[in-house]
Amino acid sequence: MMTTNAAHRTDSAPVFGFWLYLMSDCLLFAALFATYAVLRTNTFGGPDADALFNLPYALVETLILLTSSFVAGLGMVAASRGSKTGTLSAFIIALLLGLAFLGLEVHEFAGLIAAGAGPSRSAFLSSYFALVGTHGLHVALGSFWMILALVHTAKSGLHQDTMRRLTLVSMFWHFLDIIWIFIFTFVYIFGSI
Amino acid sequence: MHFLDSLVMLHPRGMIALSERSLMLHTIELMLIVAVPVYILIFFFAWKYRAGNTSSQYTPEWEHSKMDELVWWAIPLEIILVLAALTWTSTHALDPYKPIDTSIPPLTVQVVALDWKWLFIYPAQGIASVNYLAIPVGQPVRFELTADAPMNALWIPQLGGQEMAMPGMDNRLNLEASAPGTFVGMSSNFSGDGFSGMQFPVHAVSQSDFDAWAAGIASSSAPLTMDTYMTLAKPSENVPAAFYILADPNLYTEVMMQYMMPQGSSSSTPAAMPGMQMDAMPGMSM
Amino acid sequence: MFGELTFAAFNQGPIVLGVQIFIVFGAAAVLSLITYLRRWQWLWKEWLTSLDAKKIGIMYLVVAVVMLLRGFSDAVMLRAQQALSVGSSTGYLTANHFDQVFTAHGTIMIFFVAMPIIFGLINLVLPLQLGARDVAFPFLNSLSFWLYAAGAALIMLSLVVGEFAATGWLAYPPLSELQYSPGVGVDYWIWALQISGAGSLIAGINFVATIITKRAPGMTLMRMPIFAWTALGSMTLVVFAFPVLTATLAMLALDRYLGMHFFTAGGGGNMMMYVNLIWTWGHPEVYILALPAFGVFSEVVPVFAQKRLFGYTSMVAATISITLLSFVVWLHHFFTMGATPDVNAFFGIMTMVIAIPTGVKIFNWLFTMFRGRIIFATPMLWFLGFVSLFTMGGMAGVLMAVPGADFQLHNSLFLVAHFHTMIISGVLFGFFAAVTYWFPKIFGFTLDETWGKRAFWCWTVGFMTAFMPLYILGFMGATRRLDHYPAGLGWQPLFIVAAMGVVIIALGGLCQAIQIYVSVRDRKQRVAGPDPWNARTLEWSVPSPVPFYNFAHTPQVEGRDDFWLKKKRGAPPELPAEDIELPRNTSLGMFMAGAAFVAGFGLVWHIWWLVAFALVGFFVLLVARSFADVHEELLPAAEVARLEAAARAQPI
Repeated sequence: MMTTNAAHRTDSAPVFGFWLYLMSDCLLFAALFATYAVLRTNTFGGPDADALFNLPYALVETLILLTSSFVAGLGMVAASRGSKTGTLSAFIIALLLGLAFLGLEVHEFAGLIAAGAGPSRSAFLSSYFALVGTHGLHVALGSFWMILALVHTAKSGLHQDTMRRLTLVSMFWHFLDIIWIFIFTFVYIFGSI
Repeated sequence: MHFLDSLVMLHPRGMIALSERSLMLHTIELMLIVAVPVYILIFFFAWKYRAGNTSSQYTPEWEHSKMDELVWWAIPLEIILVLAALTWTSTHALDPYKPIDTSIPPLTVQVVALDWKWLFIYPAQGIASVNYLAIPVGQPVRFELTADAPMNALWIPQLGGQEMAMPGMDNRLNLEASAPGTFVGMSSNFSGDGFSGMQFPVHAVSQSDFDAWAAGIASSSAPLTMDTYMTLAKPSENVPAAFYILADPNLYTEVMMQYMMPQGSSSSTPAAMPGMQMDAMPGMSM
Repeated sequence: MFGELTFAAFNQGPIVLGVQIFIVFGAAAVLSLITYLRRWQWLWKEWLTSLDAKKIGIMYLVVAVVMLLRGFSDAVMLRAQQALSVGSSTGYLTANHFDQVFTAHGTIMIFFVAMPIIFGLINLVLPLQLGARDVAFPFLNSLSFWLYAAGAALIMLSLVVGEFAATGWLAYPPLSELQYSPGVGVDYWIWALQISGAGSLIAGINFVATIITKRAPGMTLMRMPIFAWTALGSMTLVVFAFPVLTATLAMLALDRYLGMHFFTAGGGGNMMMYVNLIWTWGHPEVYILALPAFGVFSEVVPVFAQKRLFGYTSMVAATISITLLSFVVWLHHFFTMGATPDVNAFFGIMTMVIAIPTGVKIFNWLFTMFRGRIIFATPMLWFLGFVSLFTMGGMAGVLMAVPGADFQLHNSLFLVAHFHTMIISGVLFGFFAAVTYWFPKIFGFTLDETWGKRAFWCWTVGFMTAFMPLYILGFMGATRRLDHYPAGLGWQPLFIVAAMGVVIIALGGLCQAIQIYVSVRDRKQRVAGPDPWNARTLEWSVPSPVPFYNFAHTPQVEGRDDFWLKKKRGAPPELPAEDIELPRNTSLGMFMAGAAFVAGFGLVWHIWWLVAFALVGFFVLLVARSFADVHEELLPAAEVARLEAAARAQPI
C-alpha cells in the first residue's frame, strides 16, 4: 500500500473505501451497543431481557444467517471460478436465507409489541429494538443490494464490474453476520443467564 | 460597583472557591513557563529573520535537529506531568461529593431545579424557599441536587464551583461560606426560555440569624404540600422569592422517584437514595 | 395532507418577516440575474453537475461563505441583545427568539461553515498535492457536497417555515425531548444534521481512500506534504466520529417521533448517555476542524520563511498523536455532571496530554522561521495572528482541563471565549491564509495584499475587542446563553465593548469583500503564473488556473518538497502528455440530495406520504446510477498536450 500507481484506475480504491465504510458502521453499532449496555437494566417496571427473549428462537435466526453468509462465500468461490450459474444460484440461496432471517425477526418484533413490550415501553426495550432493528435494516438494505448485483450479473455475466459488486455485497453480508454474532452473544445469551 | 469588585471569582467567600482560585493561579503559572517563551520567540524570530534583514543567518536546508526537538517534546511533557499530579490531587480534594473536612456537621439543603426557578428544601428545619438561599457562615452546606425540569446547574461563584441538577438524578455539592454577605447564585446550564431568570440571592448569615430566619418561616408560612408543589412546578419565569413550611418531608425523594419508577408503583421510599456518583461513565467501553 | 404544516408556520413575528422577505427576494434576484446573463447552461455544465474536485471545492467554499454571513448575522443579533438587555430593559428579542438565534449560530458555524471550509480546502488542494487526477470516488464527492447543501438549505428553510431549535447547538435532552420542546425546531436541527452528516461521512471515507490509494508513484506517506497528513488525521476522525453522531441523533429522533425512552426524563431513559455520546463525536470534531488548519500553516510557514519545514517527522508524529488522543478526552465537556474524581482526573490529564503535540507543532513552526528569510505576505500574517491567539486560547483550554478549575469556569463566558479563540484563530484564520495562498493556483491571479492586510488587522483587533471582555465576564460569574441580566453586576460595559468588537470584525469582512473586488478588477495585472510564491509542493508545478485534468503527465515523486527539489536541480524535463480517463458530469448527486432534502422536510412536518415518495425517489436514482454503464470518458494524449500548451502559454 505504500507505493501505488495512480496512473491507472486500480480496483483497490472501491474495496479499501468499502472497508472504511464498514469500520465506520462498526462505530455506529458500537454506539448502539454502548447504549444497550447502559440502558439494559432500565426496565422502568416493565419486562426484562430474561422474561422476553427466546434463546432457541434466536439460535435458529443465528444459524440461518450464518448459513446464508457461508453460501454467499460459496457464491464468491464460484464467481472466481467464472461459473455464472453457480454464482447466481449460491447468492439466490443466500438471499432467501437472509429474507427468512428478516421474516423471523419481524415475527419476533410483532410478538413483543403485541405482548405490550414495544419500544416505547421502557429504555431497555427502546435500546433493544434500536440495536436489533438497525441490524435488521442493514440486512434489508443488503438484500436489496444483493438483488441489484444479481440482476447485473444475470444481465451481463461475470466481469470486472459485476465482480466488484459481488465482492462488496458479500463483504457487507459477512460484516452483518459478525455484528449479529455480537448481538446474539450480548443481547440473547447474556440476557438469558 | 468598582470594576475589580465585580470579578467575583477573584473574591472568594468560601474555602472551596478559595482553593479553586489558587488552583487556577498555579495552573496559569505553570503554563506561562511554555507560553512566555513562545510569545517572545514568535516576535523575536519574526523581526530578526525578516526578509529585509540580510545580515541575519539563513539556512534554507536546515530542517531537523534531534536535540532541539527532544527539548520541545520534553519540556511540555514535564510541565504536563507536574500539572497532572496537581490535577489528580486537586480533583480528589475538590470533588463536589466530598464532605468538607470539619467537625461541624453539615447543613443539608435539598435543591430542586424547576422550570424556571430553584426550590430549596431544608429538611432539618422543616422549611422550603424559592429563589432564595440562606446559609449559616462557618457551617458546611451539603446540597443534594435534582430537577423536575431539563438539566440545570447550581452555581454560586463566590462559594465554589457548579454541579448539575438533573431529573431522576441525585447529585451532591459541598460548599461553605467563610464570611457573611450576599452573593449571586444562578443556574449555569441553559434550560429553556426562562433560564435567565434563575438567579437568586445567597445570604450567608450568622448561625443565630439563620436559626431565627428558619424559625420565622416555620411559624408563619404556607405549607408546601404535594398539591402546592405541583402548582409551583408549572413553568413560570422571573419568580420572586417565596417561603414555605415543608409539609411533606419526603418531597425531594418523591420528586426524584417520579422519574425512576412508573407513577404509583412505589412512591414512598423514605430512605435517602445512595449518591448517584458513577464509577464508570457510560460509553467508556468505546 | 400536510401533516403539522399550516399557514401559521410562516408567521414568526416582524424581525423574522424581514428575513423571510430578504430570503425570498434575494433568491428571486439571484435566479433572475442568472437568467438575464444567460448563465444557466454554463452553471449547470461547468459547476452543478461537475465531478471535478476543484470545482466541488469552490462550491463548498461559496456555500460556506453564504452560511458564514448567516451565522455572523446571528452573532450580531446576540451581541446586540446582550449589550441592551440589562435591568429593566429586556432588549429587542424575546427569550425564545434569542435561544433560537444562539442555537442557529452554533449549529451553522460548526456544521455549515467550518465543516465545508475543511472539505472545500481538501478538495481544492489534496489531489494536487498527492499528484492525483482526482479523488478516489468523484461521484460520491459530488453527492457529499450536495448532501451538505441540502442540510444547509433545510436549516435556512426553518427561518421561512416554522422555527428552529431553542436548545443550544448540541440540544441536550431532556430539553430537546418532546416534553420540553414540542415544536418542529429540534426536528429541523436533527434532519439538517443527519443529511449533512451523511455527506460528511461519505466525504471522510472518500478522502482517506484518496490518500491511501491515489498518491502519485514515489509519493510515499513520509513524503506527503503535512497538509495531506493533517487531512488524513482529520478525515480518519470523520470516519470514526460521525457514525456516533448519526446514531445519537437517530435515537433522539426515535424518542421524539416514536415515544421511545433513550434520553427522556422517566421511562428509564438516561440523558447522561446522550451527553457522553454527543461528545464522543464532539471532541474529535474539534480536531477534525483544527488539524487541516495546522496543515495549512505547515505549508504557508516554510514557503514564506523560504526554508524547509522544521521537524517533519515530529509534525507527523504530533498529527497522529492528536488524532488518537482526541478520542479519549470527551468527558472534559461535562466534569460537573457528577463523575467520580478518578474519572474526572483521568480525562483532565488526557486533555492536557493533547497540549504536548500541539505545543510541539508550534515550536516546529517557530524553528522553521528561525534562520529563515521571512516575507510578511498576508498568509504569514494570518499565521502570526493564529499562533498568538491560539497559544492564549490553548492556555485557557488547559486551565479548564483541570476539573477543580472547570467547576468554576464551565458554562461561563470564559468557556465561550476559549472555544471561539480556538475556532476563529485555528479554523477561520487558517482558512483565510489558505485562500490567499491557493487563490492564484485556482483562479490564475493573486489577491490584493493591501486590502488583505487591512482585513487581517481588523479581524485581529476586532477579535480581541470582542472576546477579551468575554474572558473577563467569565470571572465575573456571567454564564453563557443569557438573554437578560440584572443591572447591578457590572457586566454591561464589557458586553458593549464586545459588541463593538463585532463591528470591527465586520469591517474586516468588508475589507475582504473589497479585496476580492479589487483583485478581480485588476486581474490582468495580477496574473500569477504557475508558481507565484516560489513554493515547494506539487500543486505549484501545474499551470494556474489548474487544468481540469490536473497533471498532463502523472508526476514521478523523488522526495519531500518534490517540486522544490526539481526547481533547484534546474528545469524539470518535459514529460509527454498521456491519455486521461475522466469522470463524466452527472446531476445524480444533486437529485439524490434533493430527495434527501424533501424527505427531511416531510419528516419535520410529519408529512408521511412525502417522506415515502422522497425515499423511493432516492432509491430509484441509486438504482439508475448502477445501470448507467459508462461513467468515464477518455481525453486523448494529443488533446491533453494541446490543452497543456495553451494553459502554459496563456494564463487567464
